[in-house]
This record gives sequence, C-alpha cells and structure tokens, in this order.
Amino acid sequence: MKFGVVIFPGSNCDCDCRRVVEQVMEQPVDLIWHEADSVDGYDCIILPGGFSYGNYLRAGAIASHSPVMGAVKKAAADGKLVMGICNGFQVLAEAGLLPGVLQRNKNLRFICKFLHLKVEHNKSAFTNACSPGQVLRIPIAHDEGKYYVDTKVLAEMEAKGQVLFRYCDAGGTVSAEANPNGSLGNIAGICNRKGNVMGMMPYPERSAEEILTSADGRLIFESMLRHLRQVWK
Amino acid sequence: MYRARIFITLKKSVFDTQGQVVRKSLQALNFDDVEDVRMGKYIELQLEAADKAAAEAAVRDMCERLLVNTVIEQYGYEVSEA
Amino acid sequence: MIEPKVYREMGLNDVEYAQVMKILGRHPNYTEVGMYAVMWSEHCGYKYSRPVLKLFPTTGPRVLQGPGENAGAVDVGDGMAVVMKIESHNHPSAVEPYEGAATGVGGIVRDIFTMGARPMAALNSLRFGELSDARTRYLFDRAVSGIAGYGNCIGVPSVAGEVYFDDSYEGNPLINAMCLGLVKSDKIARSSASGVGNPVMYVGAKTGRDGIHGATFASVELSDESEERRSPTQVGDPFTEKLLIEATLEALNTGHIVGIQDMGAAGLTCSTTEMAAKGDSGMEVDISLVPRREEGMTPYEVMLSESQERMLLVAAKGHENEVKGIFEKWGLNAVVIGRLTDDGIVRIYDNGELAAEVPAKSLAEDTPVYHMDARIPDYIAQVRRFDKDELPQIEDFEPILELLLRRHNIASKEYIYRQYDHMAQINTVVLPGSDAAVLRLKGTGRGLAVTVDCNSRYCYLDPYIGSAIAVAEAARNVVCSGAEPAAVTDCLNFGNPEKPEIFWQFRQAVEGISAACRAFGVPVISGNVSFYNESQGIAIYPTPAIGVLGVIENIERRCTSFFKNDDDAVVLLGFNGPGLDGSEYLKAAHGRVAGCPSLDLDKEKRLQACCLEAIRSGLLASAHDIAEGGLAVALAESCFNTEGSHGVSVEISSDGLRQDDALFGEAQSRILVSLDPSKLDSLIKLAAEHDVPLMVIGAVGGSNLIIDLDGSKIIDLKIEKIESAWRGSIEEALA
Repeated sequence: MKFGVVIFPGSNCDCDCRRVVEQVMEQPVDLIWHEADSVDGYDCIILPGGFSYGNYLRAGAIASHSPVMGAVKKAAADGKLVMGICNGFQVLAEAGLLPGVLQRNKNLRFICKFLHLKVEHNKSAFTNACSPGQVLRIPIAHDEGKYYVDTKVLAEMEAKGQVLFRYCDAGGTVSAEANPNGSLGNIAGICNRKGNVMGMMPYPERSAEEILTSADGRLIFESMLRHLRQVWK
Repeated sequence: MYRARIFITLKKSVFDTQGQVVRKSLQALNFDDVEDVRMGKYIELQLEAADKAAAEAAVRDMCERLLVNTVIEQYGYEVSEA
Repeated sequence: MIEPKVYREMGLNDVEYAQVMKILGRHPNYTEVGMYAVMWSEHCGYKYSRPVLKLFPTTGPRVLQGPGENAGAVDVGDGMAVVMKIESHNHPSAVEPYEGAATGVGGIVRDIFTMGARPMAALNSLRFGELSDARTRYLFDRAVSGIAGYGNCIGVPSVAGEVYFDDSYEGNPLINAMCLGLVKSDKIARSSASGVGNPVMYVGAKTGRDGIHGATFASVELSDESEERRSPTQVGDPFTEKLLIEATLEALNTGHIVGIQDMGAAGLTCSTTEMAAKGDSGMEVDISLVPRREEGMTPYEVMLSESQERMLLVAAKGHENEVKGIFEKWGLNAVVIGRLTDDGIVRIYDNGELAAEVPAKSLAEDTPVYHMDARIPDYIAQVRRFDKDELPQIEDFEPILELLLRRHNIASKEYIYRQYDHMAQINTVVLPGSDAAVLRLKGTGRGLAVTVDCNSRYCYLDPYIGSAIAVAEAARNVVCSGAEPAAVTDCLNFGNPEKPEIFWQFRQAVEGISAACRAFGVPVISGNVSFYNESQGIAIYPTPAIGVLGVIENIERRCTSFFKNDDDAVVLLGFNGPGLDGSEYLKAAHGRVAGCPSLDLDKEKRLQACCLEAIRSGLLASAHDIAEGGLAVALAESCFNTEGSHGVSVEISSDGLRQDDALFGEAQSRILVSLDPSKLDSLIKLAAEHDVPLMVIGAVGGSNLIIDLDGSKIIDLKIEKIESAWRGSIEEALA
C-alpha cells in the first residue's frame, strides 16, 4: 500500500509520519510537495502536523488553498484514504473536507502532553484494529485544537458515527476534566460522512513505538492498512 | 486604487475565549462597566478595481474564500478610494 | 571627520578610535566607525573576556569543532556529530519578553543549522525575580510564550531547561537558549569564505531597521523619520526560520556552498568581516542589492541591522543559480550581493559608490583586548560569616518539606514545558521532568542525554566553587540518565566587567568551570558571554549556565529519576556531609543567603563513574541527583512519577550533622537510586570498587513519604497531597 505525506511550507511532522509508515508499518511512502497537482497512485494521503504558513490568518487556512489540495479533494472523492493530523486536521477542516473548525485552546495556551482517547467505535477505516471503547494513550501538541461545529451538524455527525475519538481519562471516562482544550463533546478526531477522510488533533505517529512510552498510535495506521487490504468488516 | 478595511469577529453564537479573558482583565483594572468584549481581526488592503462596486465585490469574494472562516466568523468591510 | 561625541556614543573610546585611524591610515567615515564600534564591543569581540576564556579546556578525542565557529561539534559515533551551543538574549527580553525570548531561540537555532546540522532539540535556562512581583509574572509568562511560539512553529522540540526565581534578577531577567543538532561528521559546514571570485549571497528575510545599535539613536545622520520607523527590538518570524532551515540544509547538501554564517549580532558587518577573515580573503559587496523592507536606509543602517532570519553564504562560482533555485523553491530571497577577493579587505559599495573599506581581520580578529582588574567583593567576607549553630532548631519538619516542595525553584516546571512541543521529531524518549532529557539517535541504538544547570546562589557565595558545582551537577544529571558526559557549552551571565568585583566573579567562575571540566575530562566546545546584567547598579548573581551533552551507548539502558516498583531498595549513593550553606532551605526557612558550598572533584568523579557503570550494567531502576532541598526533596521528587506515583519509607540518621542538614542540606556528590533488592549485592560491590560510600536507607512502597530520622518518624505525608502542591505551585502563583 502506497502512502503519500504532503509537505506544506511550515509542515514539521512530515518526516515523523514518513518514518512510522516506512520503518514501523513497513510500507512505501513518498513526500509530496504542496505544489503537486496530482496525488494519483497513492492509496492514502497524510496531511502532517506543523505550522503550515506559520498558521498565519487561521491555522490551516492558507495551506487549504495549496495546489495539492485540489488533488487531495479529488482523491477523497475517489474514496482514497486521507488522514489529517493536528495541523493536517486544521487544513482538512478549512478545506471543507471535514465539518467544523479548530479554535484556540480554552486556556489560550499551547498544550503538549500525553493523554487518553476513547475509540468511539471500530467500524471505520481508521479504527477497525481497535476494540470499541478502547482507551489509547496518545499525545497532543497544539495551540488550536478546540473542536467546534454547530449543534445541528454535530447531531448528524453523532448519528452517522463520524465522531471517532474523544478525550477521556485513563479509565475511559469522557469527562470535562479529561478535556484538554475545550473541544465540543470532548471530540479529538472525526471522519467525513463517507468515512474515508479523517482528522485528529492527537499525534498517532508520536506513540507508535514502545520506546516513545506508547505504541497505541500504531493501531490507527494498522486500521488503515487493514482497510486498504479489505480485511475487516 | 481603493482601500479596504475588513473587520472579522466571531459569530455571536460562538464563545469568545479571548474576549472573556480580556473582559475579566479589564474588570480587574476597575473598568466595571465593560459588559462584553469580542476579539477579532482587522485587515487593511489596497486594490485596483474598475469602480467601488467592483472593489466591494472583490473584497466579499476574498472574505468568503480565504480571509474569513464562515463556520465561526462574520465580517464587515469599508471600501474607500485610496 | 567624526566627532568624538559620536564615536564615543557608539562605544569606541579615544584610544580605540586612534587605533582605527592607524589601521585605515585616515579618518574612518560614519559607517566604518559604526562597524568598528560594534565589532570591537564586548558582545562581538569579547574584548574583556577573551584572555580569561583561554583557560577553558577545548580539546578532546570527541571534539570535531571547538569554540570559534557558529557552534561546537562532537563525534557521537557512527560517523555522526552533534553540534551544540548556548547563547543569551537577556537585554532584548527585558524590553519585550515575547519577541526577545523568541528571537533568542531563532538565533541559536540558526547557529546550529549553519553548521549543516538539523536542529534536533532546544533547551533553555531562565532567571526571573520572584513571582510575587506583578511585572515578573508578566516577563516570565511572556518569555515562556515567546519560546513556545517560536520553537513549536519551527518543529524543534524544547526538551529540557531550568528556571530559578530570585530577587537579584528582578530588573534583569536572563533568557539563555541552547540548541543541538545532528550532522554527518564529514558534512559539518563552516563559516570560512575562500576562493577568489566566489559569489557572496544574501539569503532569507529582508532587511529592515531592526535592533540597530542603540548608541546610534543620538547620531546626527539619522532623520526624524527614520527614528520613528526604527524598532529597537527584533521581531521574529518562525515560519521564515523553518523555511530557512529546510532551504539551507538542502543547499548545503549540494556541496556547492563554501562557507556560511548566520547574520546575528552586528548583522552584515559581522558576517562579511568574519567570513572573510576566517578564509584569509577579502570581499566586495554592494548593499544596494540587499533585499529591504524599508525605504531610504543608509549604508550604516544596512550594515548594522539585526533583522532576523537572514544568512550570508559563499557559493562555489558557477553554482549560484542552483543555490538560488533551492532558496526560491522555499519562497526565500537569495541574491548575489558580491564576490570574494584576495586582498583581505572588505569593501562595501552602495550602488557602486564606496561606503566602507576595512581590513577584515582588523574587525574580526584584531579586537582590542583588555586585561581587567579583579578584586574580591566585600560581600564575600560577610556571607562567609555563617555559623549554622546559631540557626534556630526546627521541631516540625513536615511543614518545611511542604514549603520547599512549593518553592518555585523546586516545584514542578510542568506549567512551562506543557507549553513547549517537546516531542516533535519523535526522538524524546525521556520526557521533561527527569534529571535530563534523553533523545534517541534513530537507527543507531544509541542516545543522547542533555541538560542545562546552574545554581547561581552557590556562584554568588563562591563563584569558583559554585561554577564547578554547576558543571558537576549538569554532568551528574546526564550520568543519572545513563550517559557519559561528552561536551560542555556555557553561557556566562554577569554584571558590568569594568567593575573589578564583577570581573573577579567572572574570572573565578571561568577558573571553576575549567577545573571541573578538566577533572571530568569534558571539553568546553562553545558558549557565549553576557555582561552588563545589572539594574540600578546592582548586578545579578553570577550565572554561568552549563549545558552538558552526554552519550548513551545503549539506549535500552537509559534511566530516569522516578521510582518504578514497590519493594525496590532505596539507596543513597555518595558522600554525605554538611550542606546548609547556600541551600534553598536556608533561604526559605531562615531567610538567609550565606555560607560557602563545597565540592570535592575527585569524589564527584568517582561517584559519577560508579553510577554510570551501575546504570550501564542494568542494576538501577532509578537514579536522581540530590540537589535543591536535599535528600527529603529528592525522595519526594522520585515518588512523583507521571506514569504512576509511588510511596517510599526510609530510615536515616543525622550522623553528626544537624537534623535539618541531614534532611534538607545540599551536600554535593550524592545520588538517590532505587533497585531490585536482588541486585543490591552487585551495587555494593561496584561502589566498593569505585571507593564510593553507599547506604541502604529504605524501600519503595505505600502511598506516603515516610522519613524516620534518628529513630523517630518525623515525616509522614500522603504522596497525593504533596505531589499536587508541588505540581501546581507555579501555576497558582500566576493565577
């Protein structure tokens, strides 16, 4: 399965994603320059974390107009997998590929720490290697991660199973105390209606090897591989 | 040449965390009469256009496509000859 | 001809001006005076500190580059080198803490990637007044935000650091930024410019009137308009820096770059003259070609601008377009502004007209050197009059321990490092909070441990011993992580060196650092001096921040400071002794800063060797340096494991010391370790081999911290309670 990791000016987790796909998941991967007008030939596109265009104007806003995003939209329409991590999630939301927006954290500060995520269900391309309700230990590192969407859209998303991850405590309880940034409904990750485009604020590639104190993030990459190989459902 | 002044704020329905913090700080400085603070962005730009109406149309397009995220933000603008 | 008033305000004295005239054989013009003044300042030319800095040991088997380049470099095995440096940004941060701290990070990171190394980790050493002061809270919070804002954006993790709060820094906070990067040993880039005809290229952000030498505010050549436009503080653009990192490393990779240097202090003046001087070359540059973001800049302003995110490089002739293409791909300016000559002269043209003509070496190397008077300050005798027997005896130790854990100098620094991305690049295998950060070297099985330390109260009481302790402690922290210390970088923060008492502190500190580095066999490979840290004539505590890099041979054998398993034995490894002098306890409980700390380098060396071997042999579950707050605080800190706290119960005897000294004294050369009881015999044997005393004092377990002293239980506190006090203390002070 072939992966592509997009580099926008200011991306800074592109090499981390490449390492995990290549070294941990042992899959072929290319870095894709933001001026590319095609992403044909890739099974999965990753928009990595970082500060594309310095996050000037709004996080992800300028990158969402990059030439490569036209190609990413086409890939999404064709049913290819698209995953946005942190800044990548912000880009996908700005590009309209995912509903809602990511606002500044409630405490108005950058927050970097390990925390826990509850997997809402395992009927998705990004969670099928997890068990439903499984608690994953994965870090966040962001300034603008407070998920917001209007109530009508949220109700629809909940009904269609588009919420994939919520912030929770170590025991799996989704509570206000476990919400690091003020996200609506403790939302940490979502997918589109079709289920092939996913955005999450936590960094699975930062917790995909035991030496980094957690390998839970690997389950998300594994889920994508299982989906692409059609070994679940 | 026209000059556009664009004001972007959060929609009324969206909680403004920064505005709340600033309001509290103002009250701490004894500005007790401050009831609400909404933070926003101010963008000033110069553009060539055939006439004012064309300049305004261009500014609206810029706002809708890039400068404003209409999911949470609203905007206003003033266009004048520069 | 330049009026004496003008050159004096720029910082040249009459003798120095005469020397400039002798070099040039004529009167210098305004631009040239500005160039000499800035290059001959202490900040660029080290005219006061240079003779003293020669005392540092700077060589060793691992050293690939010592002081004198953008940064130092050491061999870490497998053909890889680590490039490292620390630098101060104190004065800009006192004016505008956010931008001051942010541009401090930007500057040190540029020093690293101009060496061809990818910046892999940042650290910082910070000093502020007490958080009870409102302006201090503002300075502290904004400086931390500035470091976060810049470092996070460029994707360089901030993995470790230190911060102390003391009144001596109230008017003059310290912001020291450190960075390390990784490069193949044979690909280290340097700043020497050679090859007649090779093009000189300006790359990066445009030039404005940022941070032009303060003295020029009063100058006659500047119009009111330009005064209005000038920003005394540089403003950083981390996005451009990130692009500059990528473009520079890509350009260096082509092999067509002969030399490269960051434009930091003194901007184009420093980079043109230093690069030419190092390569025994001359240089002709036309500054009308320099990309600018402001109109009407004079040659003086262009030559002295400290606009950020800019570099000067010399490319191999014929390859300028290839280099230019790389920078342009990343959206950056890259312009050929001149070429190298062979006559050793730097000629600055402005639109073809000669604006300055100076011998490169006269600015960059032949800086005037001053041998300053040193005199022992009066306060030394006063603080040495310290009789600990006069201190009131403490009856109730629990509140004292709780007080110490809440002290901002001891409390958790989580509030700070939560705001730093400390995981980017996925190398951080020991997160902030332990004695040192540990980074893996991907694909090698090895790792690095890195820390920065300085207890400046010790340095105030005795600059020589205090500075030696700073080296010992930093090395000890690295050793406690399982690494062998490999190199030191230092940032020497002092008051006005023209005062003999301050110069004495400075010289003593350098001698102390040198002695400790020689004893441990660890060279100083880079560093920075920051003088004039005073406000209202009162100097800060002498603060030589010591960064130490250590190498871990087997990353699986890394170690942290936290207790891991119930029933593990708790052992005090090292040399007990009196340690109330200069302690946090003495200040917090008795309001005194007095005494004279002590250090035995030979004992310290044996202790470190023993601890390192114990970790490498897989004997230890945890190792924690005993520092501020003494044994009692070290025990508590080892309990506070973010992956699950533990309790501990120990029995100790005061053994000739005061009871408060046994608990809270800060005697050096001690490490608190825990291990599986089955390995105790091996540790005892190892300690005997190294001639290091060892005391089994208790065991990990329970949910309390229990200390039995001389047969009575004097401390019994719930871990949960003291941990939350320790974790929340700094944030509470800011709320």
